[in-house]
Amino acid sequence: MRPRAMAIGCAALATAMVLSGCGSESAAGGKTKLTIGLFGNFGYSELLKEYASTHPDIEIQDRTASYSDHHKNLAAHLATNSGAADIEAVDTGYIAQFKATPDKFVDLNTKGGGQLKDRWLAWKWESSLSKDGQQIGYGTDVGGLAICYRRDLLEAAGLPSERTQVAALWPTWQDFMATGKRFQANAPAGTKWFDGGPTVLNAIVGQAPVGYYDKSDKLTLGNNQEIKQGWDLVVDGVQSDLSAKLLYSTPAWNTGFKQGQFATVTCPAWQMAKIKDQAPDTAGKWDVTSVPGGGGNWGGSYLTIPKQGKNVDKAVELAAWLTAPEQQARVFTGAGLLPSTPKLYDDPAIVNYQNPFFNNAPVGKLFTDAAKQLQPQYQGPKAGDVQTAIGNAMQRVEQGKQNGEDAWRQFVGDVQKLTS
Amino acid sequence: MAVVDRAARKHRWDTKFAPYAYVAPYFLLFGVFGLFPLLYTVWVSLQHRNLLDSDGAYFIWFSNYHQLLFADPYFWNAMGNTLSLWLLTTIPQILLALGIAQLLNRKVRTRTLFRMGVILPNITSVAAVTIIFAQLFGRDFGLINWVLDLFGAGHIDWQAGTATSHIAIATMVVWRWTGYHALIFLASMQAIPASLYEAATLDGAKGWQQFWRITVPLLRPQIIFSTIIATTGNMRLLAEPLLFNPGAAASTGGSDRQFQTAALYLYEQGFTNWDFGYSSAIAVVLAIATVIVAGLGYLVTKRIQTD
Repeated sequence: MRPRAMAIGCAALATAMVLSGCGSESAAGGKTKLTIGLFGNFGYSELLKEYASTHPDIEIQDRTASYSDHHKNLAAHLATNSGAADIEAVDTGYIAQFKATPDKFVDLNTKGGGQLKDRWLAWKWESSLSKDGQQIGYGTDVGGLAICYRRDLLEAAGLPSERTQVAALWPTWQDFMATGKRFQANAPAGTKWFDGGPTVLNAIVGQAPVGYYDKSDKLTLGNNQEIKQGWDLVVDGVQSDLSAKLLYSTPAWNTGFKQGQFATVTCPAWQMAKIKDQAPDTAGKWDVTSVPGGGGNWGGSYLTIPKQGKNVDKAVELAAWLTAPEQQARVFTGAGLLPSTPKLYDDPAIVNYQNPFFNNAPVGKLFTDAAKQLQPQYQGPKAGDVQTAIGNAMQRVEQGKQNGEDAWRQFVGDVQKLTS
Repeated sequence: MAVVDRAARKHRWDTKFAPYAYVAPYFLLFGVFGLFPLLYTVWVSLQHRNLLDSDGAYFIWFSNYHQLLFADPYFWNAMGNTLSLWLLTTIPQILLALGIAQLLNRKVRTRTLFRMGVILPNITSVAAVTIIFAQLFGRDFGLINWVLDLFGAGHIDWQAGTATSHIAIATMVVWRWTGYHALIFLASMQAIPASLYEAATLDGAKGWQQFWRITVPLLRPQIIFSTIIATTGNMRLLAEPLLFNPGAAASTGGSDRQFQTAALYLYEQGFTNWDFGYSSAIAVVLAIATVIVAGLGYLVTKRIQTD
């Protein structure tokens, strides 16, 4: 920001601070006001209302922003020690970066987190634990992986549409692309096989035993065969015109759901809530089945408590409540986010849950199976930014700016720069 | 006697120091919100400093600048985009504003309505404007591509190309700021005495000649002012390129950084990479570049003939 703009920003901030006390403060009538900073859809709106009604002394304000805005704002608020919400959600892609500065967050181990530890999958608990053992966040959901597909579009192209038959079409990602070529030969006008290369690639990377980083925080791109093979496969798919060339989480992608521009989309559990929010009119046309390759994870989040908050203890209490198994179960049946608490994976209410929006797909069984198979992948410090860089690289191929090799080479260079 | 003396001395104090007291509030505010952030940015730019870890910062003096100026192609890419967008925004803005001001400077009905109308784009939120323009320039369902399609010109992926993305972003900026400059020009046009035009008409000068020989030269101070204001604004475009490409990769300004401005690169380094020192060095270099470009703009507009 240029100094002038900075000056204006500071002036605005100063005014806001005077007017609002900057951040959380006691609301009128002796109520404690808790703010919670989220992104996308956490499925919390009902839960927050309920919590406020059972805790008359607490008022909760939900501040939801877009994925990248949320994380950039959080970094800025932590840097200036002001403006962060009492509870801030952090995604898997960013948790390693934030846990590198654990002093900005409340160490939940000192707030009774140790007793709750067994609620979560062991790897979920560990991935928000700092090097020195400070716990900066309680796990909310895990992603898991599945494929969401449009029954009507598959039928129109002469492919089977029943979920077991569809799953049989793609035991591997190679099969997935081969099926795509069959689909594309008879596809309805304006429809492609998948939404965009970056989405598919993220799923393939999420299944690799080792991701962008090894456990000593070293980049693996020089010798990570799974990622490079996945890249080549997706590039081939893009060049065979299977991609609608839409980048995930953009307005154009949202429109793509409404307009039926693609027949399949990689579906971590949280994706189901997005589809339902973006294209409510497509209810019943979608279905969910298992992912090629099996297992894997993409995304999932944590609730952290920035130290700068004025109501730390009450915020910790709310975060612990929101991430308790009972509440996670309700989030799953409400918004479809897959619980990170293994106790629920055998709970009949979860396992037998079918999602009416997705043609009553047995998502409970599908995702709890996926979660049990899930081999956790270690996330290094800038995993989220590496994911952005590989998405850009794939887009360069989709936009015809570069071939697969050149785009890959530039991506590797970008990542080295990012982490130097 | 003594009483008068004291009063006189008091009066001297008053005349000597009161003016400083009167202007002090401005300088205090400027010091806190202008000078301090400026110097602080320079100070931070000499450090290796993580955004969240200010305790771990240490001085590396000019290493950030050295890296930036001699070993960072992405910075020069961003500066190139900044200059390209500066040209594509500033020149059309000034020329269009002159034209609009000339049109508004006539006796037309409901001219107050028109005059107020041209300022409307300027008071709308930049975020809203950008989001709507990004939709107009959409690849698959954008209005502009739809119109192009009607004429058989085919679809353009506006965000993918360097030239097309710059044109789209420049359109947003020009749309938003032209009216503002037009009003400034209009106010000064009304101060030009009618006798000049009457004399010119008697000498046989046509409307077009009158515009270039009388109106534009007499507007020279306002054109210089507008050029400098537009330059300082257009050299630090951030919201437009950022929101033109929403999603996780917003701060890279396109898949190949084809519309990443210097301000956006600063934002990426500061808030994605958390490299606060490097980001501050970009801010300093960009500020210096802005002064240079504004100076060039001044030299060019100063050459408008006034005699």
